[in-house]
Amino acid sequence: MSGLSLQSYEPRGRPPKTPKVLVAKLGLDGHDRGAKVVARALRDAGFDVVYTGIRQTPEQVVEAALQEDVDVIGISILSGAHIHHVSRLMELLRDLGEDIPVTVGGTIPLPDIPRLKEMGVREVFLPGTPLQVIVEKMRRLAEERQGARKI
Amino acid sequence: MKVFKAPLCIMCVPTYPPRGLPMPSLFSERELDEIEERLKRWEEGPLRRSLERYPERRDRFTTLSGIEVKRVYTPADLRDYDYFEKLGLPGEYPFTRGIHATMYRGRLWTMRMFSGFGTPEDTNRRLRFLIEHGETGLSLAFDFPTLLGIDSDDPRASGEVGVCGVAVDSLLDMEIIFRGIDMGQVTTNMTINPPAPILLSMYVAVAEKQGVPRDRIGGTVQNDPLKEFMAQKSYVYPPEAAVKIAMDVVEWSVKNLPKWNPISISGYHIREAGSTAVQELAFTLADGIEYVRHLKGRGMEVDEFAHRLSFFFDSHINFFEEIAKFRAARRMWARIMREWFGARKERSLWLRFHTQTAGVSLTAQQPWNNVVRTAIEALAAVLGGTQSLHTNALDEPFRVPSEFAAKLALRTQQIIAYETGVADTVDPLAGSYYVEWLTDKMEEEAWRYIERIEAMGGMTEAVKKGFPQKEISDASYRFQREVEEGRRHIVGVNIFVEEEDEELRNVPLLEIDQEEAERRQVERLRRLRSERDNALVERRLRELREVARRGENLMPYILEAVKAYATLGEITNALKEVYGEWVEPPII
Repeated sequence: MSGLSLQSYEPRGRPPKTPKVLVAKLGLDGHDRGAKVVARALRDAGFDVVYTGIRQTPEQVVEAALQEDVDVIGISILSGAHIHHVSRLMELLRDLGEDIPVTVGGTIPLPDIPRLKEMGVREVFLPGTPLQVIVEKMRRLAEERQGARKI
Repeated sequence: MKVFKAPLCIMCVPTYPPRGLPMPSLFSERELDEIEERLKRWEEGPLRRSLERYPERRDRFTTLSGIEVKRVYTPADLRDYDYFEKLGLPGEYPFTRGIHATMYRGRLWTMRMFSGFGTPEDTNRRLRFLIEHGETGLSLAFDFPTLLGIDSDDPRASGEVGVCGVAVDSLLDMEIIFRGIDMGQVTTNMTINPPAPILLSMYVAVAEKQGVPRDRIGGTVQNDPLKEFMAQKSYVYPPEAAVKIAMDVVEWSVKNLPKWNPISISGYHIREAGSTAVQELAFTLADGIEYVRHLKGRGMEVDEFAHRLSFFFDSHINFFEEIAKFRAARRMWARIMREWFGARKERSLWLRFHTQTAGVSLTAQQPWNNVVRTAIEALAAVLGGTQSLHTNALDEPFRVPSEFAAKLALRTQQIIAYETGVADTVDPLAGSYYVEWLTDKMEEEAWRYIERIEAMGGMTEAVKKGFPQKEISDASYRFQREVEEGRRHIVGVNIFVEEEDEELRNVPLLEIDQEEAERRQVERLRRLRSERDNALVERRLRELREVARRGENLMPYILEAVKAYATLGEITNALKEVYGEWVEPPII
């Protein structure tokens, strides 16, 4: 999988091209079934997965994402408070000049999808999205991010 | 605290028939032998020929719990079946056929729709709307800050106030929710856990203001802490303290509110978090066992409180498995109470339960299909003998239900009750070879789990070890893989998928002005804090902390604090100072 390349000199000595994802439960809801299932599927698909646990604030998520140096942030939220929390999260990332791609999954009413996309969210996953689709989209986002870093 | 340990007698069954007599069976040995003989001939002849021409759809058929379902069931699957030991008559031990002699012929189940959103005013309007349309019991859904004991003006509450349920910060809010509703006439369920003593106190205080005597205050608080750690995750205090506080509510209610169910031991959330039906059954009863031990450890007699324990299950989409689960639950609980805990009063042996159709079985895709799923699940709950029922609304994969969707869900129950005739005879599926075999199977597998939990020292210990959490998480991942691999079908998700999903785009959703709800709650709190007797509030909170440190029952003091208009957050914070807070290790 690896081999000597420029990427092997990147910080933390991660093997190159192992996509790294932060799976985070944003807000107060404790519905962690989806987050855990997705986290396991990503791990099984070869991702390096960091799971935050429940009840995270936007500030905590951003801090974890930077500290862990992840390629993509996967937010899970089933409380209905996604607009509020995600807009804060995106604002924090923007203020830091960070463009880590963000995805949002959960009970999201359709009209909110364009609103989330406008904030800069890259993908929105509704209930029933096949794991394979999530894994592939996350992989693409992670690769894109890694590609951007090389430059 | 002294904790009562019942002897380990998992396989205890009542000694019936008396020693020396042959086991009574539904069929004679001769008949059973003949059935088996015929079955063998059938397999070698007609069945083999049929399979050659029409292969079956799958190699193995399994329930959602992974129990393999056979092609056909006959009396031979119920060999040595003792009717009286396994079933009895309705209203008789072991209550497999139902806790009442007449069941729904006497009184239908309570139609209790889980509702709440926005401000107390919004929720009051919704409750009155549902009552107007024939709802027979109330059930309150609270927003996340309320569920966690956080006031609406706390920064952590920002963006969440009134979204998933109604915001309740103080007694003032509860007064508004019940404006124009006679609390002496209606019973109310409140889905609330760590703040259960606070919400119950508010309910009692408002009922008293309405002039309702305590012996007429009826309803339920969920107040089931153990399942919070394994499933719903709205925990606040660490497990031991959480159980202690919950049992304070039970003890106080048993002595002060004779018609109140101070706990609803819940499998629903365990199932929604991804458990199998067997795990839901086993973990729920194991939670119940833990609570009974705790209460006995306080010196209470089992017959003093057992009749006030109530339960709450999920009704999922695998029809017969759900029915078998409900029937097995009643039989197991009756045995546990009688054989392990020595309960003598008949009502102590009853497993009374509320059911909610499975939220997780609903799909965002082609959402109108959810009406059909809910109807089937509701039917299973009724055939399983539930005491009350919530039917989910079709739009719940997106948001709390619109008025239209909530009414349609209520109408679904009414059609089952008034049109189908399923409520006209008691336990109509009894005697089905399959249902009885499956009921036995559910029981057998659930006992195996209970045995493992007992060996760990009971459910509090098992939860601290993360045992049920791991089992649930493995089961949910297994299920999802099966869906992915096409071994489980979900219409609209992995079969009969529509690329252009018109329904999805057109489902009408409830509009909640979240920001306005939050603004109004924050404003109300600000006014409250400036107008109430703050010295009195301080005194009540100080007393509460002292009582918590002494380990006495908190309920009388929480009631006093609530009456002084101390807020939900203030009371919760006072208790956190004494008991600390639980943080879960993030494990996937």
